Amino acid sequence: MVPFAGYEMPVQYPMGVLGEHQHTRAAAGLFDVSHMGQVILRGPKVALALEALVPVAVEGLAEGRQRYALLTNAQGGILDDLMVANRGNHLFAVLNAACKADDLAHLRAHLPGIEVIERDDRALLALQGPRAENALSALLPGVAGMRFMDVANHDWQEQEIWVSRSGYTGEDGFEISVPKARAEAFARALLAHPDVEPVGLGARDSLRLEAGLCLYGQDIDATTTPIEAGLGWAIQKVRRAGGAREGGFPGAEVVLAQLREGPERLRVGLLPEGRAPMRAGTPLYTSPEAREPVGQITSGGFGPSLGRPIAMGYLPAESTGADTEIWAELRGKRLPVRVVPLPFRPSNYRK
Amino acid sequence: MRFTEEHEWLRVEGDVVVVGITEHAAQQLGDVVFVELPEVDAMVAKGDEVCVIESVKAASDILAPVDGEIVEVNEALTDTPGLVNEDPQGDAWFFKMKVDDLSVLEDFMSEDEYKDFLG
Repeated sequence: MVPFAGYEMPVQYPMGVLGEHQHTRAAAGLFDVSHMGQVILRGPKVALALEALVPVAVEGLAEGRQRYALLTNAQGGILDDLMVANRGNHLFAVLNAACKADDLAHLRAHLPGIEVIERDDRALLALQGPRAENALSALLPGVAGMRFMDVANHDWQEQEIWVSRSGYTGEDGFEISVPKARAEAFARALLAHPDVEPVGLGARDSLRLEAGLCLYGQDIDATTTPIEAGLGWAIQKVRRAGGAREGGFPGAEVVLAQLREGPERLRVGLLPEGRAPMRAGTPLYTSPEAREPVGQITSGGFGPSLGRPIAMGYLPAESTGADTEIWAELRGKRLPVRVVPLPFRPSNYRK
Repeated sequence: MRFTEEHEWLRVEGDVVVVGITEHAAQQLGDVVFVELPEVDAMVAKGDEVCVIESVKAASDILAPVDGEIVEVNEALTDTPGLVNEDPQGDAWFFKMKVDDLSVLEDFMSEDEYKDFLG
């Protein structure tokens, strides 16, 4: 067990990190992500109101659909990344554990007239992998009809279960909000299915890294913009220059200028050419002799599905072309690293 | 076989000492994905960091348990780091050292003492 954002969380279960990773890719892995913030936003024109804090289109998001969003600061930096769902008469957001207290204060301070309700009475589970639908539909038959990024309520033993078809592994799967008092029983019912094994933080990290997904606090933070982070796809046309609701979010000048002119640095995928894993903080150089680093690795480790080390990090835009050779300094030695497109592995979403 | 407080085992083979990590250490590390071995012929002092071992959880070092010269390394670990989890006290030895005086091994724990040390 390790401390994580004020929670005690398991790095691994008896299967071990490699086994849990492979099992999630081959069958279904169950994650307890109850540390994440679950928040309801309710009030007049709540979707338009939230657009004042995020560069994404919330207005126009269809009922029963979810979208990736980012809270930005005045410099265009990322305060948090989150999921926002339109659940009819309200929005439902899922926030990072380490950010949730700040996020709640930020939302309450800047969304006058909108009720911001933390639902800490609910646990959050994620069931991920190609057999996730099979296992979850044994308890909630309705989930089989859901597509990637759909959200819906389903009933289980007279409890309302909030389900989204999404996750953090690059696999098809679900995030499942369950009333706290029934969460253990629900998790045990899933674990009783032969396809399901519990998965800890270790494999959660290697799965998301292979999928090229950012970890807040590591790959993105208040000093990185959505454009530098390669998350420009999350900014819909309507919020960009020339769109009907152009700008109007914190740091819009910075973000829209970077969209127009390109950012000075960019998050890229990196393949260390040897066998040594390179972890967050490893400095990156343009040559074996260069004195000053030009960037650093923000996430890195062994990619079990690729059978080799993988990493992500920031580099100056001119060094981010595919196959650019970069040098990482590890234990006093400069080792070659190749720039590659993300993700490392194609995702298997049920579109 | 002798054991160090750093969870290494030492076994005398002729006039050299074979060094590896214990079952307990391998289990604590989790799945090993990378091993960097010392150079053959290197002279090392007790406490020197001679190997890097990385698991899916973390990176750690193996320290030279005594003064001596590295005379052989187990290249199989470079290609198959997972061997460390499969057979830590057998096939997954790390290196062999030549030492001046084999009696220094007597300072280390016996198997029973190591078991007590683990508690």
